[in-house]
Amino acid sequence: MMDSPPTSLDFSQSKVNKDLTNADKIEFYRQMVRIRRFEQTALKFYNGGKMGGFLHLYIGQESVAVGTISLCGDNDHVITAYRCHGHALTVGMDMNPCMAELYGKATGSAKGKGGSMHLFDPSRNFWGGHGIVAGQTPLGLGLAYAVKYKNLQGCCLCYMGDGAVNQGAFHESLNIAALFDIPVVYIIENNGYSMGTSQQRSSAYKDCLAQRAEAYDMDWDLVNGEDLYEVRAKTHIAIERARKESKPTVLEIATYRYYGHSVADANAKKYRTPDEIEKYKTYHDPIRLWRRRLIEEAVFTDAEADAIDKEAKQAATDSAKFADESPAPTVEAIFDDVYWETDNNTEASKIGRHFFND
Amino acid sequence: MREILYRHAIREALDEELTRDENVVIMGEEVAQYNGAYKVTEGLWEKWGDKRIVDTPISEAGFIGMGIGASMLGIRPVMELMFWSFHSVAFDQLVNNAANVRYMSGGLCHCPIVMRGPANGGTNVGATHSHTPEGLFAAFPGLKVCSPATPADAKGLMKTAIRDNDPVYIMENTLLYGMSGPVPDPADGDHLAPLGKADIKREGSDISLIAHGRSVLRALEAAETLQSEHGISAEVLDLRSIRPLDQQAIIDSVMKTNRAVLVDESKPFCGVSAQITTLIQEHAFDHLDAPVKRVCSLDAPAIYSPYVEDEQLPNPRRIIEQVLSIA
Repeated sequence: MMDSPPTSLDFSQSKVNKDLTNADKIEFYRQMVRIRRFEQTALKFYNGGKMGGFLHLYIGQESVAVGTISLCGDNDHVITAYRCHGHALTVGMDMNPCMAELYGKATGSAKGKGGSMHLFDPSRNFWGGHGIVAGQTPLGLGLAYAVKYKNLQGCCLCYMGDGAVNQGAFHESLNIAALFDIPVVYIIENNGYSMGTSQQRSSAYKDCLAQRAEAYDMDWDLVNGEDLYEVRAKTHIAIERARKESKPTVLEIATYRYYGHSVADANAKKYRTPDEIEKYKTYHDPIRLWRRRLIEEAVFTDAEADAIDKEAKQAATDSAKFADESPAPTVEAIFDDVYWETDNNTEASKIGRHFFND
Repeated sequence: MREILYRHAIREALDEELTRDENVVIMGEEVAQYNGAYKVTEGLWEKWGDKRIVDTPISEAGFIGMGIGASMLGIRPVMELMFWSFHSVAFDQLVNNAANVRYMSGGLCHCPIVMRGPANGGTNVGATHSHTPEGLFAAFPGLKVCSPATPADAKGLMKTAIRDNDPVYIMENTLLYGMSGPVPDPADGDHLAPLGKADIKREGSDISLIAHGRSVLRALEAAETLQSEHGISAEVLDLRSIRPLDQQAIIDSVMKTNRAVLVDESKPFCGVSAQITTLIQEHAFDHLDAPVKRVCSLDAPAIYSPYVEDEQLPNPRRIIEQVLSIA
């Protein structure tokens, strides 16, 4: 984990922040709280045996998804890795299909075929949810390539963890992004640990990870993720660079996860001290800080903030009930969504065998 | 009918599809200014320019993944792998992203992309450049794989693949690029060959030689000799498409001849012919008068030596030997 860079500037007065309405600011709070309540509920029922597989929690990192995605317009796209619940909810996916996907139910956003790591909603420009570290980084490049190809002014925000920066696919993506002037913004959500290995033990770097962009003659910036205003201000610069100059950027946003790499991370409390986790919860929690800020700004009151929290908690509880009561996929459904042509029963799909079960 | 080279048949397919659909983009190493390592894309950059014909760095995971991402948003990239052997450095993109993204999203995404390039031995380039991964990729549900043996099929399958809404991997052959054959004139209409439909390249009654890619031509050579020297009438069935697969054509041919030799440049272990064998034993067991035999590449990495490489590959001599063992 890296120490959070000092916040000496007040980013609330940045161009992209000073025009925010109170309603906008409250909405950011609501979105962050919804992520946290959704995941706390998911954790409860994961531990209760309601879900299979992995559960990679985003708790502690909420300001990154909310701050960055708040800047997206119609031609901007989002793709991320497996720690994807926060991005999914922030782009506007409902809790119900997300929770049902975690449960593996037919009502899930991917009909129970993807699970926790693979939430998708292309109708909201959200392209997953990808399970292989850095595997999504060339895809983000491609989404941005398509935006440029169609002569649209937009970009792709491609998220990854700090563990992804050492994968070849990421470096190949950076080279092509710079070489072809692709409007992609790579966002390293640096929570300090690639699974159980700290940044110092996994990455060779001089000052920070984003600095690697210099090798590709690419712009980069370091962002204090606990300050939503700073996240928005610095990300906005990168997005505008992509939209208007068709240039890529690498952003490294310092953040922290309170839970293990996944809930199955047996060593979550061994590779870092309880003090470290407690320090973040107490002094650097993005939701707590944002709430305090909005109260200072007289945007809302404690009671109003509590009401938002209560509403989010109820929505999460309701989504778990929805997921629990939803039907499982049928065995027949295993063969849906493999091929576009067979799903759509096209002429092509009737020629030759596509599946080989007997 | 006019005769054109296999490489020119592919180029004609690409050119026609570039004309038909503005979202078709050709990408790969040396495909534009260099005119293609094997001259398949020769002249296309000059005609279509930088936007449609894109030279990429030697960075397969990067540019193939980029094509997959672009296809999710409606672009229809045709990616050239200079050799299919280079699949290994892009494997995550080829199998985890292209093959799975539709499934993992519950059908919300699709990936209309074509990956094409040569996949063959026989040119003395050693083990790393001689892989034949058609069986490997056909083993991933979500992918489609074909392997044309003739210029007409190369053109027809390429055009169909570009229009298909699923990822289609086309395995060509450097030894076929310079071979010519009849291809219908574009003036007579679109020439399309469907995926999933085999083609009987030679009718016969005594034995079925079932092959794909260049092995079809080797089987045809063997069939001539079997007829002239041994009085054996061999049918040569060209699979053309590995997945989807024309199982009916395979079974029909075996039911007619009651004997089958599978000719497959893949390695024998879990190669395409292994899958065909199990389908035959399951669906035509009672029609077999002899065990199914296979002629695959000899089971070792591809040898470099020009003196012996052809003996490692399926060749007419090895095919005839297997046929005579059961017919």
